[in-house]
Amino acid sequence: MEHAFRNPPLLWRHPEPRGHYDIIVVGGGLHGLSTAYHLASEHGLTNVAVVERGWLGNGNAVRNTTIIRSNYLREESMPLYDFCVRRWERWPEELGPEILFDQRSLLTLAHSQAEAAAAQRVVYANRMAGIDADWVSREDLPRLCPILDISDAPRYPVYGAALQPRGGIARHDAVVFHLARACDAAGVHLLQGCEVTGFLRSGNRITGVRTTRGDIAAGRVGLVGAGRTPLLARLAGIEVPVQSYPLQALVSDIHEPFLPCVALSGRLHMYVSQAHKGELVMGAARDPYRSYAQRGSSHILEQQLQAAMELYPIMARAHLLRVWAGTVDVSPDAAPIIGATPCDGLFLNCGWGTGGFKATPGSGVVFAHTLATGTPHPLSAAFGLERFTTGALVDEHGAAGVAH
Amino acid sequence: MLRIPCPHCGPRDEVEFRHAGSGVPLPEHATDEEWARVLYLRDTPLGPLTEQWVHVHGCRQWIHVVRDTRTHAIVETRPVSAPPAEPTS
Repeated sequence: MEHAFRNPPLLWRHPEPRGHYDIIVVGGGLHGLSTAYHLASEHGLTNVAVVERGWLGNGNAVRNTTIIRSNYLREESMPLYDFCVRRWERWPEELGPEILFDQRSLLTLAHSQAEAAAAQRVVYANRMAGIDADWVSREDLPRLCPILDISDAPRYPVYGAALQPRGGIARHDAVVFHLARACDAAGVHLLQGCEVTGFLRSGNRITGVRTTRGDIAAGRVGLVGAGRTPLLARLAGIEVPVQSYPLQALVSDIHEPFLPCVALSGRLHMYVSQAHKGELVMGAARDPYRSYAQRGSSHILEQQLQAAMELYPIMARAHLLRVWAGTVDVSPDAAPIIGATPCDGLFLNCGWGTGGFKATPGSGVVFAHTLATGTPHPLSAAFGLERFTTGALVDEHGAAGVAH
Repeated sequence: MLRIPCPHCGPRDEVEFRHAGSGVPLPEHATDEEWARVLYLRDTPLGPLTEQWVHVHGCRQWIHVVRDTRTHAIVETRPVSAPPAEPTS
């Protein structure tokens, strides 16, 4: 049997923890791995450990819907997210073509005049920020998405869509493996089965972590815990305005290619792309209640599938194969929280909510800079924890794909 | 889907309810730091969590629901006038 890509004989090593690292990254998800990768590649720091309570490629890293885009609204967000897309554009060469980064274009559907006006506002803001964006009228949509029902038949007819040609998808598990292998090759310790149970302190300074594999000292500690952030923050005695919710996704059986783009509908909580293997990968609304259970309620999935059938009648022939949920860390303004904490030596990168996958490269770059230098990266300076006290929020509720 | 035992109506499906989060009393005077806590800090504990739900398609009463965030098991529900003894959030 022919394989397009061969698996390597060794994925990564399983080292014993050293007593001390220059930097410990708590959380072995994509943002944690990306942080460690950029600490090594951009700052020459390799006495670094990533501590992960489970195993790599277990949590949100492989529970997302792999959508990549930078069509956000605010002047603080657009440069950060578009930096992420530009880094994605480098990654097939840097990490390997197996990550299947594919800029197949992305549509954000509008279902009313008001939504069309809001979407056009984002388009114009994007263009002024140098981000590729276009408004596509209803009549022109079949050219980009032939299976979309543009008639008046759906309960919420399509008025038009915002288009980001550079939007797309990537193969998330391959991104995990390639980042982890690159970290391992650089000398970063990937410590799996290593749950943080507390912090080592000297006065107000965090000097390391207590783990299920023993105490480990560190010069600086970065929390990249996604949905577990509230629990980690509590262990450090700090309060972070992040709440954890289930966000569900679904995948169908395998079909010939028939959906050429990524299509989002914020109104109907329906977003879909077709994976290279042929499955429809779909995302639903987040559940309303806080949870760590990694599962949500069935009626959320039913609503999502209703919207899928309305917008794409051909999908009636698909079968639902799997559903799952990740635990998303939602911040009050739907923007990430990146930077220092009230504890010296402890830094935070969380609050990416329902859209963290797309930010994997840039999140790692800015947080590696923060951990290496102790100061914010220019792209993340507006995203500090202090904004909730000063009131300088970065309200991205409108441009976040899923309502928070 | 959650099955929520309404203290007034008995067990009903989650779709009859509207989730309302964890309300906190608003202070009359507060510093910026206090306002940040009031407006933005809602904990997600690992275990029992007290939230308010409204039975919008039933008795239309607000209720307290104590739910375990690890399992979704509903530990206790109470009328809004009788909050659980130790609110966890």
